[in-house]
Amino acid sequence: MSDEQERLRGLLARGLDGDEAAYRGFLDGLVVRLRAFLRRRLTRAPDEVEDLLQEILLAVHNQRHSYDPAQPLTAWLHAIARYKLVDCLRRRGRRELLHDALDDAPELLAAADEEARDARRDLAKLLQTLPPRQRLPIECVKLEGLSVAEAAHRLAMSESAVKVGVHRGLKALAAKIRDDA
Amino acid sequence: MRTDALVEMLARGAGAVDRAAAARRVLIALAVALVPTLVLMQLLYGVRPTLAQDAARWMFWAKAAFVAAIALAGWAATLRLGRPGAALERLRWLLIAPLAAMWLLAVIELLRAADGGRGAVVLGQTWRECPFRIAILSLPAFAALFWAMRECAPTRLRLAGAAAGLCAGGVGALVYTFHCPELAASFLGVWYVIGMLIPAAAGAALGPRLLRW
Repeated sequence: MSDEQERLRGLLARGLDGDEAAYRGFLDGLVVRLRAFLRRRLTRAPDEVEDLLQEILLAVHNQRHSYDPAQPLTAWLHAIARYKLVDCLRRRGRRELLHDALDDAPELLAAADEEARDARRDLAKLLQTLPPRQRLPIECVKLEGLSVAEAAHRLAMSESAVKVGVHRGLKALAAKIRDDA
Repeated sequence: MRTDALVEMLARGAGAVDRAAAARRVLIALAVALVPTLVLMQLLYGVRPTLAQDAARWMFWAKAAFVAAIALAGWAATLRLGRPGAALERLRWLLIAPLAAMWLLAVIELLRAADGGRGAVVLGQTWRECPFRIAILSLPAFAALFWAMRECAPTRLRLAGAAAGLCAGGVGALVYTFHCPELAASFLGVWYVIGMLIPAAAGAALGPRLLRW
């Protein structure tokens, strides 16, 4: 388990320095561990797991700049996962599930679950509700895979406006998830 | 959207991140807030005419160091609370040390004061206005810090709000020293502390609403 923590921490550290393949590897590793963690915590609400997993992934991505490599990875991930879990259960009025949900951090990466279920909320649809200056950069860079320079050329925006659009758009997406349930 | 498609989307073009961005934003916010704070202090209260003479007294500098230390503690806690899961334990000494030092000075001062004169030392000339004025002067830093915190990821919103409010209180108190005539440690240990606690309490009250992400 701590091997897995070390592996993921290394991948994330390289990802934060701009290594995209390492960052993808970190997210892939995180998905299976986080899914197992959530499934154990939410045995009475299994249909929430995949939605919450996606919400936490988006949060981890949006806040990845806040990870300090000197800090244990599980402490950081657990604080984010717990924050989103509590927030989600609270706004759905399912506080009774909370006491199962709040466990200690070291368990976060303990098990793996590769079996994806369908999420009930479709993030692709939610993406369509963003304003164009955020939606278009996300579509070009994050979905079609254009470089920032190519996207800037196609959208007739500056490169920094494309970057800001992606960054703010993904944050706005997280806010929409938070407010829609 | 399937979860693996989401991972693909998040990873693609993710690029390098600037890890100092949040800390820089907090610092810039504080620096920018100083200007309206100074203007507000000059307009509402004014720089004291005897400031130059007071600056020759060591207690003037002890007072400035005291409120600056509180601001620093609030600033450090704000940054720390902006990182999910970061440890806070050692930071509390940053807050306890200046308070303990000021209260120790206050005890010495009161022991030396004449019997019957101690109440007057604690109340000074301006105890009624002081906490309220510090709270007013903390408003620009308060707004700036809450704006800057939007780039942070606090998971304990009440505590993060209180830390930002305390930092703003320290900044307000620091600027208020340009006007304030009080130099008694027991005055500072009571009324300045209350003044800085007002924005801290406001931050704790507003944190859960304003800092959600």
